[in-house]
Amino acid sequence: MSTQTSGVINFKKVDDIINSCGAKKSNLIAILQKVQDEFRYLPQDAITYIGTKIDELSPATVYGVATFYAQFSLEPKGKYEVKCCDGTACHVRGSMPVYTYLTQRFNLQEGKYTSDDGLFSVETVSCLGACGLAPVVVINGKVYPQMTTDAIKIIIDTIIAEENEG
Amino acid sequence: METEVKKLDIDIEQERQKAVELIKKQGLRVLVCNGTGCIANGSNEVMEKFRELGADVSILSEHDKMTTVPTGCHGFCEQGVLVIIPDFDITYVKVKPDDVEEIVNSHIKDGKAVERLLYTDPKTGNHVYKNEEINFYAKQTRTSLKNCGEINAECIDEAIAVGGYRALAKVLEQNNPEAVIEEIEKSGLRGRGGGGFPTGRKWRFTAANRGGKSYVVCNGDEGDPGAFMDRSVMEGDPHKLLEGMAIAGFAIGADEAYIYVRAEYPLAIKRLRIAIKQAEEKGFLGKNIMGSGFNFDIHIKEGAGAFVCGEETALIASIEGERGMPRPKPPFPANCGLFGRPTLINNVETLANVPAIIDTGAQWFSSFGTETSKGTKTFALTGEVNNTGLIEVPMGTTLREIVFDIGGGIRNGKKFKAVQIGGPSGGCLTEEHLDLPMDYDNLIKAGAMVGSGGLVVMNEDTCIVEVARFFMHFTQNESCGKCVPCREGTKNMLKILEKIVRGQGEMKDLDTLEELALAVKEGSLCGLGKTAPNPVLSTLKYFRDEYIAHIKDKRCPAGVCTALKVIKINEELCKGCTKCARNCPVGAIEGTVKNPHKINQEKCIKCGACISACPFKAISQA
Repeated sequence: MSTQTSGVINFKKVDDIINSCGAKKSNLIAILQKVQDEFRYLPQDAITYIGTKIDELSPATVYGVATFYAQFSLEPKGKYEVKCCDGTACHVRGSMPVYTYLTQRFNLQEGKYTSDDGLFSVETVSCLGACGLAPVVVINGKVYPQMTTDAIKIIIDTIIAEENEG
Repeated sequence: METEVKKLDIDIEQERQKAVELIKKQGLRVLVCNGTGCIANGSNEVMEKFRELGADVSILSEHDKMTTVPTGCHGFCEQGVLVIIPDFDITYVKVKPDDVEEIVNSHIKDGKAVERLLYTDPKTGNHVYKNEEINFYAKQTRTSLKNCGEINAECIDEAIAVGGYRALAKVLEQNNPEAVIEEIEKSGLRGRGGGGFPTGRKWRFTAANRGGKSYVVCNGDEGDPGAFMDRSVMEGDPHKLLEGMAIAGFAIGADEAYIYVRAEYPLAIKRLRIAIKQAEEKGFLGKNIMGSGFNFDIHIKEGAGAFVCGEETALIASIEGERGMPRPKPPFPANCGLFGRPTLINNVETLANVPAIIDTGAQWFSSFGTETSKGTKTFALTGEVNNTGLIEVPMGTTLREIVFDIGGGIRNGKKFKAVQIGGPSGGCLTEEHLDLPMDYDNLIKAGAMVGSGGLVVMNEDTCIVEVARFFMHFTQNESCGKCVPCREGTKNMLKILEKIVRGQGEMKDLDTLEELALAVKEGSLCGLGKTAPNPVLSTLKYFRDEYIAHIKDKRCPAGVCTALKVIKINEELCKGCTKCARNCPVGAIEGTVKNPHKINQEKCIKCGACISACPFKAISQA
């Protein structure tokens, strides 16, 4: 077990994931997806570990794949993952004001996607395929249709209120 | 090649009869749309309510039972949640959980339709009862979307009851792969994913390598922003896709297949998994299908968010577990594709058209469409149009019919400006194209393309230059970085466009844009780069004056570009109430009580807070 100071990860979990998917290069993306589900991001150690564990791969290759796909994050995501759709339909119907509201509220900027309390991470995604309901925001898999700055404010307020109660 | 007719160990017609009987036992079928759109509008709660009330059998006068059926997308997402009761020939729109009781009590029990939940025709103001009489549906011809919204996607019997797997049984029985390819060739079906390559020819190329291991790959990486037809098919009628893939596999001699689905479509992934399992249990997939000796396994691969993976060679790289970067062609996937083996790659909608072509015949299919583009095409109609949603029309339908008849015109009585078709690879069409029959070749001639079929309607309030910047931002972001012209070219084109929307553009920038566009088009390996400049080129062609307004007059005609907005206070209307100054987040408004105020343009961030705060409507944006 690694004895790093910053967040020791559970390698047993990574092992289980590799075994359940099959230790093959063609399963790499699926493995990374499951690791990210487990840790809410891809810890550096996990990347190195997968790269040494699967014969056909090196840590550099795994890192290359992990940084290529938009879905993977090398830094921890928030407890609530907010995805603002900025597909064409959402864009022309005003997705940017909603996104700007969120970044301002959580004090985010280029390179910083997670709020300081670790509760929210905000990103734009290109088209969730719910264009009929534009603009759309998805929070932890739940789709919120026809968003406005007022509507998203209420949703975020509600989540924070629930968090404070719980 | 052996072509003798085979005796299958199941009779598909008998299976269908059995399934129909099963469905009859459901009693009164209440179809509740359960597509992504309607789920977001609360369709699960609506279903729950129907089930709760349906359990009380005494309310059902004629029918001894009522079954709530979750279906795939009806396409009319704008009006969700949609509830259809086929026995009553009625469609309810915008149904909320609280409305369910009224539908049950008034309509199901007493036979009186609930008028307030009917669709109202925006032109006549009349209530519309029947689905097919709603203008949105009336002009459509649904082939690939046929069962979406009519069946429960998570129940294979519902698919079988409407003829599912009949075409597969037919080809297995006839046992003549060559005849299948011929039929697809005759139908004139062309790839629905964007390129428009003749599907039959692609099948023939791949089949030429018959003998060893080969694969069928279904491209479900629907990355074009503004397109969601493939999602609807996968969510609403997954068995049609599986059947189409199995037929393709039989025709080209493949025994294994992959469906590559974007990770943004979790519901599609879930429903496909269920469908594959059910089909295997029935013996319609897996080993020795229907006793024919034909084996066919389908796996699902989830994407991880990369637009370029919609390109076939990049998609193959991604399935293999690599960075999704395109490879040079040749070799074409038909010769050397997935894991180095011959591979047939078709898009979801293409494959979903296959069962109907085999079942009903190539001649029927090719009776729709134009000379060079046969059949029907789905379009995702979105943006500033009254009826947004998913539609399917014969190829060659005009833009006017789509936007003004099916789409019901521009919302809020605004003026039509342009349509962006084909996503980031496509182009803009303007008023002069409204009567152009839309097919592959006509659109290419107009500087656009069918692409995946995303149709984003824009009105007078949309800034075309901003839209071009938006698409360039998208492609620049999604460029995989392999080819220098695409990687650097898109970046520089984006820089120029950003400069123009900031009001810092120069006239010579337009020439540079065109020069770069050409370099990116010529110098890129894959479709992403080859088409990335299209939105810029087509908007430069049709809306050059808007670019010039941004550059020369420092003015955004649509009033969208923030940097070019000027917010002013009308001194005659201003009463000096100070409300605006108090609401301004940056302290840009100066003035004393009861005297007209002024905005310091250097400080102003154009947020518009003052406009909404002013009780005298004295502030406006120019």
